[in-house]
Amino acid sequence: MQAEVKQSDQEVKHAEHSEFVSFTVAGQAFCLKITQIREIRRWSPVTILPHAPADVLGVMNLRGAVIPIYDLSARFGLQQTEASERNVVIVVSVHGKPVGLLAESVSEIISINPDDIQDTPPVDSRNTMEYIQGIISHDDTMVRIINLDAVISAPEQVMP
Amino acid sequence: MKTKVLAIDDSRTIRNLLAATLEEAGFEYHCAVDGREGVDMYPDVAPDVVITDINMPNLDGFGVIEELRGDGINSKVPILVLTTESAPELKARARGAGATGWITKPFDDASLIFALKRVTGAAA
Amino acid sequence: MSGSIQDTFFEECEELLEATDEGLTAIEGGDHDPEVVNAIFRAVHSIKGGAGAFGLDDLVAFAHRFETVFDEVRSNRLDLDEKLIQLLLRASDHLSALVEAARDGGQIDEAHHDTLLAALDEYIPEEEEDLTFEPMGLGGPAPMMDLGDLGAAPAVPQEETYRIRFQPLKEMYGTGNEPFFLFQALKDMGELTVQLDENELPGFDAMDMGESYLAWDLVLVTKEPRSVVEAVFEFVEGLCELSIAGDGDAEAEANALAALDAMFAAPPAAEAADGDTPAAPFEAPVPAPEPEAKPAAAEEKASAPKAESGKQEQRGGPKPTLRVELERVDRLINAVGELIINHSMLAQQIANLNVPDTRDVETELEGFKNLARDIQEGVMAIRAQPVKPLFQRMARIVREASAATGKTCKLVTEGENTEVDKTVIERLSDPLTHILRNAVDHGVENPDDREAAGKSKTGEIRLSASHRSGSVCIEIKDDGAGVNRPRVKQIAIEKGLIPENAELTDGEIDNLLFAPGFSTAKEISNLSGRGVGMDVVKNAVTGLGGRINISSAPGKGSTFTIILPLTLAVMDGMVVSVADQTMVVPITSIVETMRGSDDMINSLGADGTLLSIRGNFVPICDVAGALGLYRESDQQAGVYLLVETETGQRCALAVDDIHDQRQVVIKSLDGVCGEIPGVAAATILGDGKIAMILDPESIIAASPTAAAFDTERRMSNAS
Repeated sequence: MQAEVKQSDQEVKHAEHSEFVSFTVAGQAFCLKITQIREIRRWSPVTILPHAPADVLGVMNLRGAVIPIYDLSARFGLQQTEASERNVVIVVSVHGKPVGLLAESVSEIISINPDDIQDTPPVDSRNTMEYIQGIISHDDTMVRIINLDAVISAPEQVMP
Repeated sequence: MKTKVLAIDDSRTIRNLLAATLEEAGFEYHCAVDGREGVDMYPDVAPDVVITDINMPNLDGFGVIEELRGDGINSKVPILVLTTESAPELKARARGAGATGWITKPFDDASLIFALKRVTGAAA
Repeated sequence: MSGSIQDTFFEECEELLEATDEGLTAIEGGDHDPEVVNAIFRAVHSIKGGAGAFGLDDLVAFAHRFETVFDEVRSNRLDLDEKLIQLLLRASDHLSALVEAARDGGQIDEAHHDTLLAALDEYIPEEEEDLTFEPMGLGGPAPMMDLGDLGAAPAVPQEETYRIRFQPLKEMYGTGNEPFFLFQALKDMGELTVQLDENELPGFDAMDMGESYLAWDLVLVTKEPRSVVEAVFEFVEGLCELSIAGDGDAEAEANALAALDAMFAAPPAAEAADGDTPAAPFEAPVPAPEPEAKPAAAEEKASAPKAESGKQEQRGGPKPTLRVELERVDRLINAVGELIINHSMLAQQIANLNVPDTRDVETELEGFKNLARDIQEGVMAIRAQPVKPLFQRMARIVREASAATGKTCKLVTEGENTEVDKTVIERLSDPLTHILRNAVDHGVENPDDREAAGKSKTGEIRLSASHRSGSVCIEIKDDGAGVNRPRVKQIAIEKGLIPENAELTDGEIDNLLFAPGFSTAKEISNLSGRGVGMDVVKNAVTGLGGRINISSAPGKGSTFTIILPLTLAVMDGMVVSVADQTMVVPITSIVETMRGSDDMINSLGADGTLLSIRGNFVPICDVAGALGLYRESDQQAGVYLLVETETGQRCALAVDDIHDQRQVVIKSLDGVCGEIPGVAAATILGDGKIAMILDPESIIAASPTAAAFDTERRMSNAS
C-alpha cells in the first residue's frame, strides 16, 4: 500500500511538468501530450480507402506499415481540410497502433500544470464534449486538450 | 556458491515451475528434457542435487538413477524423484535404485525447498 | 509470472493432446507398438502433472482415470479391443474439452463427463483406484507429514523437547542421504544438541567398510509440531532405526508408530529380525508393475522394420529445434518484405535516371532480387508448419459429428506433413470443421442406406493436403450420396436465389451450396446448421487468397478442393490505375487483358454494358464505380481485365490503364480499417505509395450490372 502511495506522489510531481504539443485544426488551437506523439510529418498525398467516411483521408506508408490518416477537422465536425504540403500529419499511437492525424500546422511545445486544466464547459455539441478532455489558457488563447481514445475508437470500429 | 540443481522432466510446465521456484530461492538451475539428456548433461553441470521425473521418453527416472548410481563416483549425489502420486511402490522402486527422496507433484514451493534442504543442507 | 507459466502449460497441453490423438489414431489403425502406448501414457501423465500444479482438479481427476486405464494397458493387464479404443478416443476428445474449459473458463458437459468417468472406471481394477495413496487418510497424527501443512502451526506454538535416536542402516548410504544435512534441517527449527554414539563401532580389524555402525542421539527443542520434525526423516524411513520421543506426548507417539506400521505393512520388529533386508518394508507393497515395454519394442523394431517413413523419422528422435517468439519471425518477414519493396524502388529510380547503359547495375540488381527472394523463402519456411495437428483435430470433429448423427464415418488423412503458413493453418480450422461436419451430416448416408447402395456401412472421408505448382491443395472427399441436385435447385428457387425456370449446369447447381443464405438441411440440425452456411466457408478461403471448388457424382460422393497460396506475404499482381489511384489485381483471377474499342461495347438496358469478346458477351464492371471512386480527369476506363469467378461467371473489369505485372508484398488492412467491399488488402509499391489489392469477386458482387446480367443470362438460358 505504502509503495503505491509513493508511486502516485511521484506521478503527481512528474505531472507538474507535463509537456504538450499544440497545433491548429480549422483555426482552433488543440494539444496532445508529447508522450502520445510518435512523430510529426509533412503531409503527402495518401492512398484513398474506397467507401471510407469523410473523416478518413486514406492510408499512408510509415516505414513499411500501413497507417490510417484521419482528418481531425472533419472528425470534430468542422469543415473538411483541403490537405496541402503546408499541413502536417501527427502520428500518434492508439491501442498500440500508429494512426496519423491531419492538422493545419504545429504551433509549439507548451508546459502545462495539471492544476491549470479546466473542465470543458458544457456546450451544445456532443462531439466536442467527447473529444475534448479539458481546456487551458495559454498566451491568452484557449487550447483544447484532445481525448485521443475518444477521437480514435478501437480501429475495428472506425469503418462500417 | 549457489547450490546447483539439475532438473530432468519432459514436461515444459513442470520445468518452468521448477525454474521459477528454484531461481527465486537462489538455486542455480539447469534442466534436461528427458532422462538421456539428463544423464548426458550430468558431468558438465556437476550438480549438487538432481531432481528427476519418472515417466519420460528415452530414459525414464529409474534409468537415470541407475545410471548415475552405477557410476561409483556419484553414489553420494542426492537424487530426488518427482512423483505425481505418493504411490508407495514407486517410491520403493526409486529408493531401491538409489534415490535419495521424493517430491510429490503438484509440489508447493515450501515443500520443494524443504526437501532440497534435507538432502543438500542448502541454506537457500 | 505464474500466468505465463500457465500459458506455457496450455501450449504444452496442445502438443500433448496432439501426441495423445496421434497415438490413439495409430492404435486404431492397428499399431500395437508398446512405445505408442507408453507415449500416450506419458502425455496424459504430463497433462495431469501440470494441471495439478495449477489446481485444475477436474482435469487432474479425469487425466488420472485416463492414465490409469493406460497403465493397465501397458502392463498387459488390459486388452486394447475395439470397444476400449473407441472409449479412449472419446476420452481423449473430452480431455481436450477439459483443457479448453480450463483455459477459456468454459463449461463442460457434466453428464458426458460423468458417463466417461464411469466407463473408464469399469476398466480399472478395484485396488488400482486407491493408487493415490494419502497418508492423511490413516487417522491420527500423520507419521509422514503432509507438506502442505508446513506453515500451519498450532494456534499457540509451544516449545517441546524431542529426544531423537537415529541409527542409519548401511542401505542409507547408497541413497545419497547425509545425516549431517538432516541434523542441519533440525537445527533450523530450534535448539539442537547432537551426541554421537559410536559404541557399536567394532575394532578396526573387524570393521566392514560397507556396514553402518554409528548412531546419534539428538535433543531438539522446537516450537514446530511433531509432524514437521518427523518430516525431516521422511526420506530415510525404512533406512534407519528412528525413534522420536516428545516430552509427555506418549499417546501421540504410539499413534504415530501404529500408523507407521500400518503404512509399511511390516512392523519394525520384523524388520530388525530380518537383518539382511532392512529395505524390505519399503519394497513390501505390491512389486511395482514394470512393463517390459521397451525391450519388446526394440525387438519388434529390429525384427520387423516398419515401412512408413514418417514413423521412422519420428522415432529417430526429434530434430533439434529452436523456439522463437512468433513476433520476431513476423518482424523478419516484414523486413524482408521491405527489402523486396526496396528493390523495386531502386529499380524504378535507376530507370528514371536515364543513364544510357545500365546493364552492369541491372545485373547486380538482379542478384539483389534473387537474394531477397531466397531470404524471403527461408523466412516464410520458418512460419510453415505441417498440417498434421490440424488434421488430427479434424479427426476429432468427424468422430463427434458421427456420434451426433448416429452415422459411422472414418477420416483418412493424407499428406499430413505438407507444410503451410501458420496463419493459413489457423484460419483453415473453421472452414474445414464446417465442411467435414457437412460431409458427415449431409454427405455420408445412414449405415442402412449405405448397405442398400452396396457400400460399406462405414463412410469414408478423405482429407488430404499437397503442394501443387506453388499452391497448397487441400481436398475433402467423401464417399457419400453426392449433391442432391434436384433438391438443391429446388431450395435455391424457393429462396429466390435463382429464377424458377433457370437452366443450370451440374457445376452451377453444386456451386449454389456456396451461395449466401443457402442451407439444405430440412430442419436445423444441431451439427452443421448453426446459421452458418457454406458461403462463410467460401469467404474464409477467399480471405486467405484461395479458391474453393466442389465436384460431385451422384451416389459416389462429393469432393471439395481448396487451393491456397503458399505464403500469405507475397503474390503476383497486375498493377492498374483506377480513378487516378494505383491498384493491384491478383494475377490468379485474371483470364486475359485487353484494350477495348467502342465497337466492342454494347448497351443493355438503361445502364448495363456488355463487352463482346470473339462473339461472346460479358458484363462490364466499372471498378471505379464499384469502389465508389470518381474520376477527376475525363479519362475513360478503356482497359478490360477478363476475370472468372468461382461459379464460372465471367466479367470484364474496366480499369483506366494497365502498368505491369509484378510480385507485391501483401499488407493486411486488419486493424487499420474495417472490411472494405472490393478490397482484399494493401501493398507498398516501388515509389513508397500504398496501393489497394482488389478482390474481383466482391467487386463483381458490388456491381449491379454484373450481378443483374448473371440473372438475366440464366433466364435467357432457360427460355
